Amino acid sequence: MKLRKSAAAAAVVAALALTATACGGEEGTAGDKPKDPTGGKNAPKLPTYDVKSDVKVDSSVLKKAQKAGKIVIGAKDDQPYLGFKDSAGKRSGFDIEIAKMVAADLGFKPDQIEFKTIDSGVRETTISKGDVDLYVGTYTINDERKKQVGFAGPYFMAGADLLVRADEKDITGPDTVKGKKVCSIVGSTPLQEIKKSKYGAKTVELAKYSECVQQLINKEVDAVTTDDAILKGYAAQQPKALKVVEKPFTKEPYGVGMSKDDKALRDAIADAIEAHQKNGDYKKAYDATLGLSKSKYTEPPALERY
Amino acid sequence: MNVLLDHFAEFREGFIGTVWLTVASSVLALILGVVLAGFRVSPVPPLRFFGAAWVTLFRNTPLTLLFLTIWFAVPQVFDFGFDPWTKALIVLSVYTSSFVCEAVRSGINTVPLGQAEAARSLGMTFFQTLGTIVLPQAVRTVLPPLSSIFIALTKNSAIAGAFSVTELFGWQKVLSDQGFAIAWLFLWVALGYLVITFTISGLFRLLERSLEVAR
Repeated sequence: MKLRKSAAAAAVVAALALTATACGGEEGTAGDKPKDPTGGKNAPKLPTYDVKSDVKVDSSVLKKAQKAGKIVIGAKDDQPYLGFKDSAGKRSGFDIEIAKMVAADLGFKPDQIEFKTIDSGVRETTISKGDVDLYVGTYTINDERKKQVGFAGPYFMAGADLLVRADEKDITGPDTVKGKKVCSIVGSTPLQEIKKSKYGAKTVELAKYSECVQQLINKEVDAVTTDDAILKGYAAQQPKALKVVEKPFTKEPYGVGMSKDDKALRDAIADAIEAHQKNGDYKKAYDATLGLSKSKYTEPPALERY
Repeated sequence: MNVLLDHFAEFREGFIGTVWLTVASSVLALILGVVLAGFRVSPVPPLRFFGAAWVTLFRNTPLTLLFLTIWFAVPQVFDFGFDPWTKALIVLSVYTSSFVCEAVRSGINTVPLGQAEAARSLGMTFFQTLGTIVLPQAVRTVLPPLSSIFIALTKNSAIAGAFSVTELFGWQKVLSDQGFAIAWLFLWVALGYLVITFTISGLFRLLERSLEVAR
């Protein structure tokens, strides 16, 4: 009996030790708040958006939201400076800002937006079921998805890129990864691309980007690949340790997702994005989020209206 | 519906990946589990303690945590340089071996003590007693729980898909990322798992029949 007790105790201690080491990552694990690398004083400020009143759009989704007095927007919560939710429940990032500016033009104040975290795999289902009115979260416009949902945009032209350690000399673009270990999340399109023989990278697939970034910092892998917007967010979080190569090798036009045949709402949102790009809000939002990664600002892509 | 036909090559690769990982882990877990069960019924206290500690630790730790440990914690201390598949094999085998050990031990406990005593009185060693008298009789009792354990292992192997191993579940991730309807993907993946798990339960049923004896 005595023997058993001590064995159990030893096991518990060992298990706890394992847990501690497994979670005891350095800065930059998923739960951390994005840090302000510029010291706060002279950091670019987030813009505020003028909320329109008496918005009239012939869209059932919008009418329902106006009646309810709130708009439900799907987003990501694990991408620093892009679509992030800190431990206090506050959301921040470039996609969140896009959601706010669009909502303002539809007549909703920031406190009238209800953000919902939606996993990539169920975006189409959630939008077509009407569980969210809009979706803003690194949502690449493509034909397969257009069969199921509608898109306003593109509001940002992302592309698959590489995130490397700041002192990396050898990896300067997708052509320099032959034999190198590149990490991304399971099933991601950029990874399928970089696997191809013309690039010839060795790949590692994990469940979360934060795990990949951890592996990169631990020098277990040499690079992380996915859309540059997501990578810039991680580089903004740790500008001293990480940098984005800035040689995109695919095109990922991001759009705002909504129900499939709501043309009126689609046009209203496209108008909203255009207006905020013209009045400078868009660039301010970028500078205060992804811009902190030292990656250069590029002009937004032309909107596609259909 | 067409998603399976259009991407059958990847589906097959994932299916084979799951089967291969399951089979390899099962074999290793079975060997480890039987050895550990031997430890736990042996007359040597340190071995008994080792077996008990192993079971307590690995049976009570979530599998995902074990995966995270071998990926993120172990290399910090000592970098073995294992590839992802080997890591998955180690974790799945070690985790499942603790369950196998307990099933085998319960099977050993069903063999009447008189059998072991008779063997000892004939002058057999511990290993001879275990190997020729006790284990063959225990096997029959152990088959049903073992079948459940290996079916659980098949499904657990999906976690390896989140750690860089090509298997069925990863196929679903790849295609849902490209925007295919998720319901169909899940259906095909579920069918893939069903084929494997049905095969396992079928095999065990055959084994049970062939080992049946009148008691």
